Amino acid sequence: MPDELSIEDVRKVARLARLAVSDADAERYRAELAAVLGYIERLGEVDVAGVEPMAHVADAVNMLRDDEPGAAFDPSVVEKLAPEAADGFIRVPKVLGEGGGA
Amino acid sequence: MRSAGEIANAVRAGEVSAESVVRESLDSIAARDGELRAFLQVFETDAVARAKAIDAMVAKGDDPGPLAGVPVAIKDNICTVLGRTTCASRMLEHYESPYDATAVTRLLDAGAVIVGKTNLDEFAMGSSCEHSAFGPTRNPWDAERVPGGSSGGSAAAVAAGMVPVALGSDTGGSVRQPAGLCGVVGVKPTYGRVSRYGLVAFASSLDQIGVFARTNADAALVLRVISGADERDATSARRDDTACDAGLGRDAAGLTLGVPSFAHDDAVSAETRAVFDATCEALRAAGVELVDVELPHASHGVAAYYIVAPAEASSNLARYDGVRYGRRAEGVNSLDEMYTRTRSEGFGHEVQRRIMLGTHVLSSGYHDAYYVNALRVRRRIKQDYDAVFARGIDAVLTPTSPSPAFGVGEKLDDPMALYVEDLFTVGANLAGLPAVSVPAGFADPKRQEGVGEGEDPSPRPSPPGGEGGRLPVGVHLVGHAWGEAALLGAASVVERVCGVSGRVAPA
Repeated sequence: MPDELSIEDVRKVARLARLAVSDADAERYRAELAAVLGYIERLGEVDVAGVEPMAHVADAVNMLRDDEPGAAFDPSVVEKLAPEAADGFIRVPKVLGEGGGA
Repeated sequence: MRSAGEIANAVRAGEVSAESVVRESLDSIAARDGELRAFLQVFETDAVARAKAIDAMVAKGDDPGPLAGVPVAIKDNICTVLGRTTCASRMLEHYESPYDATAVTRLLDAGAVIVGKTNLDEFAMGSSCEHSAFGPTRNPWDAERVPGGSSGGSAAAVAAGMVPVALGSDTGGSVRQPAGLCGVVGVKPTYGRVSRYGLVAFASSLDQIGVFARTNADAALVLRVISGADERDATSARRDDTACDAGLGRDAAGLTLGVPSFAHDDAVSAETRAVFDATCEALRAAGVELVDVELPHASHGVAAYYIVAPAEASSNLARYDGVRYGRRAEGVNSLDEMYTRTRSEGFGHEVQRRIMLGTHVLSSGYHDAYYVNALRVRRRIKQDYDAVFARGIDAVLTPTSPSPAFGVGEKLDDPMALYVEDLFTVGANLAGLPAVSVPAGFADPKRQEGVGEGEDPSPRPSPPGGEGGRLPVGVHLVGHAWGEAALLGAASVVERVCGVSGRVAPA
């Protein structure tokens, strides 16, 4: 199993998950996550040689339906849900240039 | 309050008005929910109007359906057009769903009346209902204790007699554990039995909508209504064996239950062990055959779960970015700042921790060691159940959770103490199997801080059906895939032998 979690690891996953973590919170998260990851290490005891990973219990794959248009929400419904919208569009801060980088 | 079945029969026959039933439910909420805080929203006006419409149908000679006039509560991570769907999160505090979840549509089509939305741990992440952004729910049997979670509001609402039945969701035990701690029946169906359309996703390969009731008969009645294929959920099963009430009232003789050795795990408290042992004895005396079985990987379930569930959650919760709906941080200058500030302000500590855990176990360099390895253990856990059921075992019997309800705040700062609450319940989610918690007895544990040197720590358990304590203890049955009828049949035997179902926690 991998080495114990560092503060840098916490900052890295916070950045990947788009979460802002203060210095004080980073240490708290590090300690809590390290405790959980330490507990999880017991999985190393299980003999899983030759066992296929099971991501899902459902046997079925690719449920298909006829490609027929159905009822859809009116654009006004979607617009009403959006934090900021105008003229049938959802508004967000500038995507390209200095404001981007997401 | 009467059972859901009795209410529906009386309303359909015109003997009782839906309006009087719904007003009784609303009065009960008004009387008790100031203390318990099971509900985040109550729909007085809408509920009464709908009840009157049902009474009008009956007066015209129409049949409103098998849940005619039955007041129901809905966990607030299940979408309803009525009111808001908040997931007990600041992120969705003002979110109004433009659609009903399929399970909700089916309840309404069957004549049920939604009286309110219930509290939960934020985004269903927790086992105590303390991680709600809007404050904790209290256990109706002891308001100083938690109701369990994450569906703690629905469990408390049913236990306190505010509604006869309620919907919850169960990803690792979030219906069954609070059902056990609140002394009600809680059932998680086979994965795919109930459509997940409109259930806000937490861990999609584990999530199922489940039912709270005070009896197995009521649980079966509601489960039957909400079960079945739905073209809006590709993982909902195309099956028509939805008569999950077919096994109710069966004989004890001929029932074979497997008791795995991990039912006696060290984590099990003395008082829970005492009720569990007494239940086993009473079942044997009634003619049930109890067989020792092995689930060799069951004790690794919690560890596998705390990789798989956060991994899926970190992906599912990526959608909360402030763009299309829900919260958006104010005064941001860039898209990236908008994402980061929205998520940091909108999610609570527990949710952020699980997102980070999930992100970590999926990240480059750790993915195989953590995530793929957990999926292999997951298959081992499923194979264990397959092997047990192949031996002719009808269901696997354990306690529902290691101990009775703990004090509010007692486990708040120790994630692992809380995660072990899921010891007996996560296996059914990982393996996709149906499972139910049934009230078995009452215990009277000492408070954690009260157990000190020189004190007698011995519990005072009640025999099944007895009155030895004031906190409910549940037992847990895991059944065969798609075997809800047989599972609830077995649960009805436990219910009859223990004799403590159907009670309302006194005010």
